[in-house]
Amino acid sequence: MASLSELYQNVILEHNRSPRNYRVMEDANRTAEGNNPLCGDQLRVWLKVEDGVIRDVSFQGSGCAISRASASLMTGAVKGKTSAEATELFEKFRRLVTGRLDPAESETLGKLAVFSGVSEYPIRVKCASLAWHTMKEALGR
Amino acid sequence: MRRQGGKAGGREGGRSAARSHPSAPAPQRRGASAPPRTPALPPSRLSALRADFPILGRLIRGKPLVYLDNAATSQKPQAVIDAVSAFYAGANANIHRGVHYLSEQATEEYEAVRRRVARFVGAESPSEIVFTRGTTEAINLVAQSWGRSTLGPGDEILVTQMEHHSNLVPWQLLAEQTGAALRAVSITDRGELDLDGFHRLLSGRTRLLAVTHVSNALGTINPVRELAAEARVRGAVVLVDGAQSVPHLPVDVRELGCDFFAFSGHKLFGPTGVGVLYGRAALLERMPPWQGGGDMIASVTLERSTYAAPPARFEAGTPAIAEVIGLGAAIDYVERIGLEAIGVWETELLAHAIESVGRLPGVRLVGTAPRRASVLSFVVEGVHPHDVGTVLDDEGIAVRAGHHCAQPVMQRFGLPATVRASFAFYNTLDEVDALVRGLRRVRTVFG
Repeated sequence: MASLSELYQNVILEHNRSPRNYRVMEDANRTAEGNNPLCGDQLRVWLKVEDGVIRDVSFQGSGCAISRASASLMTGAVKGKTSAEATELFEKFRRLVTGRLDPAESETLGKLAVFSGVSEYPIRVKCASLAWHTMKEALGR
Repeated sequence: MRRQGGKAGGREGGRSAARSHPSAPAPQRRGASAPPRTPALPPSRLSALRADFPILGRLIRGKPLVYLDNAATSQKPQAVIDAVSAFYAGANANIHRGVHYLSEQATEEYEAVRRRVARFVGAESPSEIVFTRGTTEAINLVAQSWGRSTLGPGDEILVTQMEHHSNLVPWQLLAEQTGAALRAVSITDRGELDLDGFHRLLSGRTRLLAVTHVSNALGTINPVRELAAEARVRGAVVLVDGAQSVPHLPVDVRELGCDFFAFSGHKLFGPTGVGVLYGRAALLERMPPWQGGGDMIASVTLERSTYAAPPARFEAGTPAIAEVIGLGAAIDYVERIGLEAIGVWETELLAHAIESVGRLPGVRLVGTAPRRASVLSFVVEGVHPHDVGTVLDDEGIAVRAGHHCAQPVMQRFGLPATVRASFAFYNTLDEVDALVRGLRRVRTVFG
């Protein structure tokens, strides 16, 4: 039974207050917009992909603490990764927030593991995944 | 059928169902007339009424449920649950086609509710009452039947920026289909309709005014009678979306002067899946069917059919019979309490909420019209409404966070979303206080 403090861990609150890589990227070569029509959340992700590697990533938009912190931590997690690695990380993250990830495996997620509390709040899974879906969509362009 | 208050105590733990104000007079809603000397629903009465709603005894995340999402859907009293269940247990049959006893009984119960609804909204005749799936379907019926057979290029449909999507999107579809133009009355900073704008937009080209009685996002009560009178002088037909007014205010369609009035059963303590369209007889009689099927025909050959008279013409197929029976029980229930008494109590509740939530630091109320019903929309500075909703949920408090299916309203106030607490007569002053405590915790969590 997750408590509120497991959902809103300090790392999440801190990234919500001061999101990383929160900027427009002028020299991006990929971008996509994500929407959550249920709550009106909206964000844009920019990527600079060279030789199959994500050299830079940024985002902007409005959303709840979960979606904002998730976007911020996503940018840190995928920078320097290949497209395949980023996609694989997303799969793992998705299993984490839907409660289908082995606890041992979640340790390999590093900071992203702070989102484990989301699995107790099914309605927030979309908030946590929005930036990742948007990143993946941008990768595919 | 109705259980008494004694049962409520155990389920509600330490929280009393209502709190008395020994010295303070009842808070007064701004702009309202003198406050009542005694609350319309005194604590003992409110306690007894709460005991009629089994779900209000539930614990949520270990805390007593504080249900403040009544504008989304209301809870159901045992009398409604029993009526639906008794119909299935003892009277279930299809209607309007029976040569057998059960079918006659089911038909009679169903048609009795039609008469009941006609009295409830002040219709001239039960044949002016069409059962639908809800407000949304009732409005779509008018758009597709009346609208498509009446409107064309050069005609105008007048709506407002305050509408729920269900009283906006059907008209957008109709405008695309017929070439008619859609115009919208804007909202003032306080959350009222811009009446100057209304007068500017209303013209001889206006064929329809579609307006909400009470805003689901702001709670504003619109001066529907005045708007309808002016629109009808110009020859326009008037549709009123009553989804949010019927549970809170007495409604008389002839006094309002509207041609169509739509509402949903589930917001009026009745079942989901049933709603009502009131339509003035002279209009319904001229309207073509919008869905074809059984029960709406007079005779059918392979080539063509002739159609039944209203209301059957608009009720193709087997309707939500049990839900209609449940709606009848809900109306009986509400009328036993009395909408006047409900209105007085909810005014007191809302005034307490406006005062105590409104003075919390960092909280801004959205929609401050003097005439409001049972809705408190607000934002907490620096905290997204979704996060506010989650913290409140952790306290067992159910509110809505989002755009409330009224995105143009959100756009008007430059907000992606708000938190909405919406009340019903069974809510208590203590529950408002629980909301205030929950909002203080939001501050603690988010700093």
